[in-house]
Amino acid sequence: MTMPTNAPTAAHALKDVTASDSTLRRFLHGLPGVDAVGLEARAASLGTRSIKTTAKAYAIDLAISMVDLTTLEGADTPGKVRALGAKAVHPDPSDRTTPATAAVCVYPDMVATAKEAVAGSSVKVASVATAFPAGRAALGVKLADVRDAVAAGADEIDMVIDRGAFLAGNYMKVYDEIVAVKEACEASARLKVIFETGELSTYDNIRRASWLGMLAGADFIKTSTGKVAVNATPANTLLMLEAVRDFRAQTGIQVGVKPAGGIRTTKDAVKFLVLVNETAGEDWLDNHWFRFGASSLLNDLLMQRQKLATGRYSGPDYVTVD
Amino acid sequence: MASVFEYAPAPESRSIVDIAPSYGLFIDGEFVEAADGKVFKTVSPSTEEVLAEIAQAGEADVDRAVKAARKAFVKWSALPGSERAKYLFRIARIIQERSRELAVLETLDNGKPIKETRDADLPLVAAHFFYYAGWADKLEHAGFGASPAPLGVAGQVIPWNFPLLMLAWKIAPALATGNTVVLKPAETTPLSALFFADICRQAGLPKGVVNILPGYGDSGAALVAHPDVNKVAFTGSTAVGKEIARTVAGTRKKVTLELGGKGANIVFDDAPIDQAVEGIVNGIFFNQGQVCCAGSRLLVQESIQDELLESLKRRLSTLRLGDPLDKNTDIGAINSEEQLTRITSLVEQGEAEGAERWSPACELPESGYWFAPTLFTNVTQAHRIARDEIFGPVLSVLTFRTPDEAVAKANNSAYGLSAGIWTEKGSRILAVANKLRAGVIWSNTFNKFDPTSPFGGYKESGFGREGGRHGLEAYLAPSSPEGER
Repeated sequence: MTMPTNAPTAAHALKDVTASDSTLRRFLHGLPGVDAVGLEARAASLGTRSIKTTAKAYAIDLAISMVDLTTLEGADTPGKVRALGAKAVHPDPSDRTTPATAAVCVYPDMVATAKEAVAGSSVKVASVATAFPAGRAALGVKLADVRDAVAAGADEIDMVIDRGAFLAGNYMKVYDEIVAVKEACEASARLKVIFETGELSTYDNIRRASWLGMLAGADFIKTSTGKVAVNATPANTLLMLEAVRDFRAQTGIQVGVKPAGGIRTTKDAVKFLVLVNETAGEDWLDNHWFRFGASSLLNDLLMQRQKLATGRYSGPDYVTVD
Repeated sequence: MASVFEYAPAPESRSIVDIAPSYGLFIDGEFVEAADGKVFKTVSPSTEEVLAEIAQAGEADVDRAVKAARKAFVKWSALPGSERAKYLFRIARIIQERSRELAVLETLDNGKPIKETRDADLPLVAAHFFYYAGWADKLEHAGFGASPAPLGVAGQVIPWNFPLLMLAWKIAPALATGNTVVLKPAETTPLSALFFADICRQAGLPKGVVNILPGYGDSGAALVAHPDVNKVAFTGSTAVGKEIARTVAGTRKKVTLELGGKGANIVFDDAPIDQAVEGIVNGIFFNQGQVCCAGSRLLVQESIQDELLESLKRRLSTLRLGDPLDKNTDIGAINSEEQLTRITSLVEQGEAEGAERWSPACELPESGYWFAPTLFTNVTQAHRIARDEIFGPVLSVLTFRTPDEAVAKANNSAYGLSAGIWTEKGSRILAVANKLRAGVIWSNTFNKFDPTSPFGGYKESGFGREGGRHGLEAYLAPSSPEGER
């Protein structure tokens, strides 16, 4: 991948975009449209790539290393979070060659516990802040939520955008909120911005939200919370991969992508990796730039990994429940 | 180029297709040798391996086949439409059941990727038989008179780019309307037609209703010239189409010709860029560009030229060229050495005329006939590569400033088969489509086929329509039948 030679100028030009409500609106509405039929057809056609043997072994290990192992339940206990942390560090106790997951993702009040559980490993602690999952709280409350998590040691913050403001066309409000949250992350935490694509309803909106998030300084753009009916799909992830690819070409800044919710099988995960490989490119095939927000996916990846190693299928009792 | 994520090869098993060492002509329900004993070989374009030896039809064989078809016509045309429909439905279902076998066979014989035969060709082949089976008992409602009658014996000549699909386009409407058929497949791709002959037997189709005569151009010429053929249907090059038109001129034969093209794919500045790039790729690299309706001329609005070309080049770099039986292959082999030579020579002319040639880094296999996906920029209407049909994976890029200029350039061609329009503005799609002189116009997509949709050309792209209700017209006489009735 070569960097565009005119990167600094382009980055500078994009600064003007956020000068006012109207320049921002004009910019977002001037982005190329998305043809839904064509987008979905492309995503489906990449889904027919046949990944076998060595390619599959590579993809499984890569996918495991990209998992944000998540527990976001009201009933979460410190015990559960400690178990999750242990699993993130050694996903398959019977095979220590299994890579660790990228992160564990918990609510802010569990960050300290999670941090302890993964201490000394490469596993990061991510926390959903900003009144997750609805995002319906005053900015002050959201920022306090973020500061809490950061103070407890969170390496990554997953924020939700104000979908109401976005759908009302109040892009500047959404932008300002992301900028404020990014500030609250200080230099210590990377910011993932969740759009809840299922609620944005059109692909045009998803592309606009992607650019809005990136302009505001998102380190990652993320499809969804996993708490609504439609979460990550191959099509919306493909669209966001196109956005980060184009954004880097214009600004030189690389942004990560995280599909979340609904990715349960190895087969699905591999299809997403093919999307990454053939859309954004191999620079994104790394857990610094691509993540899976999925909790049940990991066990299927582990079972498929065991199958490749032994030639036999195991069963759900050969991987840990949490 | 080595990549981090190397896909392991995933070849489709060729053992699911059983190719015999030799095949005869299919006349009157039997496989027979050619009267003069002539044979030719068919090779796999990706490996140059000889697949089988095929009997080559001569004039005597054409006569035999036409006589068989004539005899079968009496009973076949007298069957109630609902009965003919049963045979067609049965054929469609057998094609579905044997689709994996046929997909592998077609890929071996033609060189196109298994992805295309499996996901595009075979589903469409079955769909055409299903669609025309549905018409067989409703012909009086098709709008061609109260009791439209079949013409008689149809002599059909098909090309090598979509061997089985072109067969379906020709045979399905002919049989649905009560005609009988003598079909000549192309000399480089006769196998799927011969397998289709076997499917006809499997379906219990009465003898002589379908006859298959593999051979070269002279076999086709003999078929077209045969005095007892009532209808000629041809898909292929414009040069041969003109010869056929001369042959049938002055006779009472009905004729439809589906010939070459130089489709314009017009991208406006408000197009959905990412999908347009996919559409351009699909328009010119589908079946290695060996498609008569290929979008081989890209007309891009000047203001987005750089952006679009950059995206397009990046996308071309991800195309995977190689073993067509590998499920991950996007670009397969060119059908024949002769075709490869033609593509090579036209591309060399393009360079000589000053157009700028670009191809992605791409390793070509050592044996077989291969051509890397190629882009030409700085092309003008005066260049030969903007006018002649190349019939290969070669895209000529031109620019325009206004919609009027786009229309003028798109129409400034001897051909008029297909065109594409890319814009997010609905009113512009309609306005531009109305001014384009092309038989098929796609908007925000390209190379989409459906049995319900008529297909055919303007100008040197031929006349008559195949597919849809319109496709029935070519095989029906509105009032009194011309055949033996």
